[in-house]
Amino acid sequence: MINSALIGAVRGLENVTINELYENYPDFFIDVEKEKKLLVEHDIIVWHHPFYWYSAPAILKEWMDLVLQHGFAYGRTGRALQGKWVLSAVSTGGRQEVYTETGSHHYSVNEFLIPFKQSATLCRMRYLPPFVTHGAHTITPAELNKQAARYLEAITGLRDEKYPEKDFENVEYFNHLTTSNA
Amino acid sequence: MHNQDFFTQALIYLGAAVISVPLAKKLGLGSVLGYLLAGILIGPFVLGLIGNDADDVMHFAEFGVVLMLFIIGLELEPSLLWKMRKSIFGLGGLQVLITAGVITVISLAFNFQINRAIAIGLIFALSSTAIVLQTLSEKGLMRNIAGKSAFSVLLFQDMAVIPILALLPLIATLGQPAALSDSSLSKIGGMAQLPGWLQLLIIIGAIAALVVVGRFMARYVFRLIAETGLHEVFVALSLLMVIGIALGMDKIGLSPALGTFIAGVVLADSEYRHELEITIDPFKGLLLGLFFISVGASINFNLLVENPGTVVFFVILLIVVKFIVLLILGRIFRLRKGFEFLFAFLLAQSSEFSFVLISFSKQNQLFDEKTASMLLLIVTLSMAISPLLLIFNDKAVSPILARRQNKPEYDEVDEQESPVILAGFGRFGLVIGRILLANNIKVTILDNNPSNVEVLRKYGFKLYFGDVTRSQMLEKAGIQNARMLILSMAEHDDALKVAKYVREKYPKVKILARAKDIFHTFEFYNLNVRIVQRETFDSANELGAKALVELGFNRYEAYRISRTFKHHEDQITDELYEHWLEDHNRFIRESRRFSEQVSDTLQAEKNYLIHESECAWDINSIKEEELSNSKMEGTEN
Repeated sequence: MINSALIGAVRGLENVTINELYENYPDFFIDVEKEKKLLVEHDIIVWHHPFYWYSAPAILKEWMDLVLQHGFAYGRTGRALQGKWVLSAVSTGGRQEVYTETGSHHYSVNEFLIPFKQSATLCRMRYLPPFVTHGAHTITPAELNKQAARYLEAITGLRDEKYPEKDFENVEYFNHLTTSNA
Repeated sequence: MHNQDFFTQALIYLGAAVISVPLAKKLGLGSVLGYLLAGILIGPFVLGLIGNDADDVMHFAEFGVVLMLFIIGLELEPSLLWKMRKSIFGLGGLQVLITAGVITVISLAFNFQINRAIAIGLIFALSSTAIVLQTLSEKGLMRNIAGKSAFSVLLFQDMAVIPILALLPLIATLGQPAALSDSSLSKIGGMAQLPGWLQLLIIIGAIAALVVVGRFMARYVFRLIAETGLHEVFVALSLLMVIGIALGMDKIGLSPALGTFIAGVVLADSEYRHELEITIDPFKGLLLGLFFISVGASINFNLLVENPGTVVFFVILLIVVKFIVLLILGRIFRLRKGFEFLFAFLLAQSSEFSFVLISFSKQNQLFDEKTASMLLLIVTLSMAISPLLLIFNDKAVSPILARRQNKPEYDEVDEQESPVILAGFGRFGLVIGRILLANNIKVTILDNNPSNVEVLRKYGFKLYFGDVTRSQMLEKAGIQNARMLILSMAEHDDALKVAKYVREKYPKVKILARAKDIFHTFEFYNLNVRIVQRETFDSANELGAKALVELGFNRYEAYRISRTFKHHEDQITDELYEHWLEDHNRFIRESRRFSEQVSDTLQAEKNYLIHESECAWDINSIKEEELSNSKMEGTEN
């Protein structure tokens, strides 16, 4: 629900391609060449997914396993992705308070996202602060609308290079950079 | 010299068959007509390549009918036969009695004596097992209800031949008591001198022996022979068995065809059933072909030229009388919706048994030479015409019936707003239907096979008997409000017709189609139907994957291979379509290139460790890189 609302907000934007893995590969049979081409053609990659067991759903992991090949994405000769930006856009069931040292999940979202951040880094890409939607099960329609608006703002802002790079260093979540920040 | 004669004859017969049968099939006439035409061609009247020996050949070739009944018996388990008892004895019995009666009365009207009239009635009541069964299996109608009914009637007729043979000499004495000759009786009967009860006892005993031997002993003998591993000995044994049974039955006065049929039924659930079928089948095919050729060759055209009017009149009269009786009986026995016409057209000819009966009657002085040859000509012509009757039924009668019977005969479809119409609910459609119904989607199901409809209705499926190629049927099924039409029927050309019609008239309805092969797929693409499933590809692909598993691939590997294959196939199907559109020759060239590509891909995959995830952390390239790193480090130090 959450993610279809967020995706809906950015669908059809110019210079934004939505690549739905479940739609394209219902049998998890990922077309590696096609995905590599898509990656090369875009400057900003968004890994948009719900937070499953503190990580991405299996199909995105499968995508990473297959597409981010040695010699293409990383390794001495793997420079195809160099300099691109990566944004994790995740939604969680729990509210932000439970993603703290004293909360039930004990670690912050950013800590859980370390493998993604390091994967991006290994591929010589730059990792943005994540766009996070908390409390996915309890969010009100009004709040969801607001969140969708923030997402639209974030994506178009990134596309149009509206954000100064140094801003990225100072925020925990990308959400905080949007005007109606949460 | 004898040998040379034999080979010359074989050359003529085989040559004629090889030329005319494919030609006849190409013209949509069926193989029986092809053989008959071949016979006429090489017969005395046209080319004169064979003379009066056609009769001998025919007697020899009649053995093909015996073999055919043996094979049919093999395919018919006893329980199935038991289920058919009503139509065998009811429908078959009434057909023989009524047809014989009517023809007798008509013969009386043409001033035949009563005994001859009865003989003619009995002779003409029979229909040709050879022609009808060959046609049925060729057209795939063996399981059709009209086909099954026809088969029942033929089975009864085969049984009826025995009492008729016994009756003819008695009839002969009706008018002229002195004429009965013992010698001719014993020729067929062999034991006709024995009292009736003893004959019956012997017949029952023989059949019982056949059943006991077939059930309990045959398999040991077959196994013994099969274990030798010499296929030709198995062939010899199979033929020996059939010929032995045929001769034995003949000896005790039973029809050889009936005897081998019973033997076939007895062996139907033995483990050697298929082996026997495969062994006997080529002999059957050749002999039947030979039989039809000799029937064609024996048509006495001189007699026809002398009295064309009379002959044509009687042939037509015979067919019309038989047809009407069959049609009425078919209706009484619940054949509807055009199946009664198919049934009647199938059986409206005369029988190969009639040849035997006529010559036997002649021996008994029932008919003089001239009458006998006239009767023979009528029988032969009616057999030769019968394939044409079926073509007439297909092309003229059934379309008219379909149009006229429109309202009352097809099921009324309840007015309902189902989003999906499923056309064809056989092996293919059944699966689709179950998937949809299990997900609470309302489906209007149409099928054109009444027995299928009847059976599935018993299982609670709501389906309607109807022909979707007729637009009214589609409209009754609610095509105007449907979201989707699924063409899962096996009639490939009809599916295209329906797709075309619906595309034009109801462009909003989404069409999903089952395709026979890649060309059929392209035909659908041409109609802008893009969701097409080839009926066998996926099953074959999956079984291929299972084969890999059994050969030691791990299950995931095998799965990935079959997926790769499928995705590649999907991709090239689209590309090939483009080529096919532009130029059919180029298509062939391209498809050859693509098939090379498939093997290239698969070869590459083999070197590439099949699954791309295996090279996700491509060990080799990482190893190489690390090795070169350490080398560099080494030089630096």
